[in-house]
Amino acid sequence: MSFLEVRNLSARVKGGGPLLRDVSLTVEVGEVRGLVGESGAGKSMIGKAVLGILPKAVEITGGQIVLDGTDLLTLPPAARRVKVGASCALIPQDPLTALNPSRRIGVQITDRLVDILGWTRQRAEDRALALLTEVQITDPARVLRQYPHELSGGMRQRILIASAFAAEPKLIVADEPTTALDVTVQKQILKLIAALQARHGTALLFVTHDLGVVSKVCQNLSVLYAGKVVEDSTVADFFGAPKHPYSAALLAATPKYTDPSAGLQPVPDAVIAAVRAEVEHG
Amino acid sequence: MAEGRFQVRRRAGVRLWLSAAWLILLVIVALFAPYIAPKDPLEQDLFSGRLPPFWVHGADASFVLGTDSLGRDVLSRIIFGTRIALGVAVVSASVTCIIGAALGLLAGFYRGWVDVLVSRFIDIWMAFPPVLFSILLIAVIGPGLFSIILAIVVIDWTRFARVIRAEAMAQGAMDYVASARVAGRGRFGILLREILPNVLPIIVVLLTLEMGIAVIVEAILSFVNLSISTDDPTWGGMISEGRTSIHQAWWVLVFPLITLFLTVLSFSQLGEGLKDRFDPVLR
Amino acid sequence: MALLQTLLLRMITTAVTLLGVAVIVFFVIRVVPGNPIAMMLPPGATAEDIATLTAIYGLDKSIPQQFLIWAGGVLQGDFGTSITLKQPVLALVLGRLPATLELSVLALGMAILIGGAAALTGTRLRETRVEGGIDIAQGVALSVPDFLWGLVLILVFGVLVPVFQISGRVTPSLQLPFVTDFYLVESVVRLRFDLTLDLLSHMLLPALALAIPLAAIIGQLLKQSLKETMHLDYVTLARTQGYSEAKVIWSQALPNAILPTLTLVGVQFTFLIGGTVIIERLFSYEGLGNMAIDAVINRDLPLIQGIVILFAVIFTGVNLLVDLTYAALNPRLRHG
Repeated sequence: MSFLEVRNLSARVKGGGPLLRDVSLTVEVGEVRGLVGESGAGKSMIGKAVLGILPKAVEITGGQIVLDGTDLLTLPPAARRVKVGASCALIPQDPLTALNPSRRIGVQITDRLVDILGWTRQRAEDRALALLTEVQITDPARVLRQYPHELSGGMRQRILIASAFAAEPKLIVADEPTTALDVTVQKQILKLIAALQARHGTALLFVTHDLGVVSKVCQNLSVLYAGKVVEDSTVADFFGAPKHPYSAALLAATPKYTDPSAGLQPVPDAVIAAVRAEVEHG
Repeated sequence: MAEGRFQVRRRAGVRLWLSAAWLILLVIVALFAPYIAPKDPLEQDLFSGRLPPFWVHGADASFVLGTDSLGRDVLSRIIFGTRIALGVAVVSASVTCIIGAALGLLAGFYRGWVDVLVSRFIDIWMAFPPVLFSILLIAVIGPGLFSIILAIVVIDWTRFARVIRAEAMAQGAMDYVASARVAGRGRFGILLREILPNVLPIIVVLLTLEMGIAVIVEAILSFVNLSISTDDPTWGGMISEGRTSIHQAWWVLVFPLITLFLTVLSFSQLGEGLKDRFDPVLR
Repeated sequence: MALLQTLLLRMITTAVTLLGVAVIVFFVIRVVPGNPIAMMLPPGATAEDIATLTAIYGLDKSIPQQFLIWAGGVLQGDFGTSITLKQPVLALVLGRLPATLELSVLALGMAILIGGAAALTGTRLRETRVEGGIDIAQGVALSVPDFLWGLVLILVFGVLVPVFQISGRVTPSLQLPFVTDFYLVESVVRLRFDLTLDLLSHMLLPALALAIPLAAIIGQLLKQSLKETMHLDYVTLARTQGYSEAKVIWSQALPNAILPTLTLVGVQFTFLIGGTVIIERLFSYEGLGNMAIDAVINRDLPLIQGIVILFAVIFTGVNLLVDLTYAALNPRLRHG
């Protein structure tokens, strides 16, 4: 059964052009789905639409976002907030800005467990401690008492990951969770996300522009171009034989993680023109 | 989005023009006061004291906005009061501006001991409540128009100095100053020809705002009887009299109050409007 | 460690500033107007009186020595004797201070309440007509000083709809059981709420007049910081966690947005205290400011001097307090 089903979702900038055109995708329970595309393709918008944090200037013009059998877009805002808050979580892009600078790490993890989910303070604190241990933070009790500016970017991203898993959500949206980190830290963080996902069985919508990352952590992927899904397949199929010419071109433009010495092919202009025509008129 | 910005700018434009229109009207009134005023502002007539404005029962239509307790025409006194208000505003704000801007430019551009001295003075000045400072000064030098102007200058030069100093400092760090220096221009030449033109818009804005402040300071000091003699028509003096007879003759308070309110609002709105106009980020 | 350093540094600059104030007050009163003794005595004093005072104040000595003598007296609380009221300046000034403090703090509280509510409402309803309306109201509130707001309030709530008192601190016919001069505080402590109400009905309009411009400043700055904060990632993250918009603004954005506003409130509070001078006059409220204006009109220089120095001490004290609060609240400084 699909835990998340986005059906024919369209969105645009108020008074401007379309951002998402008729997007459909599903995330099964426990599935890891990559959402790939160039910057500006609208991949982050999909994650934001699901979580209900679209910018004010963006409006949804059609479609459904069905989460666990309920269309979120038909729910009143308060009910939607509670439903999403209880079953979903976000791993944000930039760990440096995603923690509140004026509050200690501990309360930033525990507050919503207490406020929104009604846990006792003690249970939330025990949970935070266990989670920090799980994301391999040394001396977690001390870290819980620290402020964000006292920690490195990698540490903060671990904390945000721990916080995302804290309430055992059914779905986590990871919005380019490694882009803001340096390369050595990226690998560790990816491994960590994959390990936690496997252990907790959480479905993961992994938004990224990096096909290498997709090949490492995802089972399935959707390729987005100019606000439209142009390919939807398993990772094995995609990397073996991409169906859509844009996918093929995108793949050719990605450094081979198996063979870094192989030459890179930029996406040919002709392919881009063809895809653009298809997306805009098809 | 583009549409919204346009609306904001147009609203700012309306604000600017309305303020300017009111102030131009005041200038005309001040210049031609003797021809416009229906009565002699000093002429007392105890038989026609506290006459209400023309639309109220019992009014004498020749006293359009009524009379005060001594039978003086409220409208004529407001008109002649405009001369004092604007005169004080223009003179005191200009002198304040010249002194404050000069010190700010010198401190911000030359830095060093000039800056240390000016900054320290600004700090000490900030420790005085302005109203109290002006009262202290007037207590020492005695009441009168000259005292008011002097008080405004002595107290408010820091308003200009602080802002201009920061701006001169920022401009001094810009590349065009460095290239002017490379081109062989002297320090003072750079200050005059490169920095000053770039700081001028801010000076104009501050000057406009300062005039509004001067108008209110003059009104306050007239209100507490530390301006010129109570016979002379000042808005603050009229308000002071109106405050005491508020239950018997509201019009003595209300009309000068409205005039003063609009004038202060206009200076302020004009200054803010100009600031938006000059600010390249908003443009 | 960093906190201690900040504290020490601020103490020193405060002391320097106060010294500067003392020097200026001394010079303005002693040096500028000629013979200070003539100003300290009522008209018709004999030559003998003048000679006595000259000796007492050490005016036969050099200017720096005179300053030291004067400053020494000030440090011991000797501000001289009021000419018109014939009482020690210190006692007079301290007797009026509570009235002014109560008025200022009440005004500050009102400004924070009104400005804070406006900022929070504006942020919650941003990009709507309500926000536009709040912006315009604040623009007008800011453009016009407290003196004019006071007059407008007198007209509206004192004359047109006479619901509040427009002069005095308390109804004169009331029997006051107070032992301190903090009437408002003491009436609450003694549970004499009838007196509290009477005091408040006198204080409300002058406090509101003082509060209106400050409320607008607070509202503008706080809303600007809030709106900037609302775009930050940790606020977005809190939204995904199920917090309501109001709760996100209140508990995530507000603590981070409040620091710049706090600094500003401190500086502006000193302006507000300065504003009490004319507002007290306008509402015939028996505080320090009213006393200052009487002193000026009567040319009571010792009294003026005492009031000015007291105001300067309050000013610098408030500034110091604000800086220290800022340092204590900012975790970056605290753990620097």
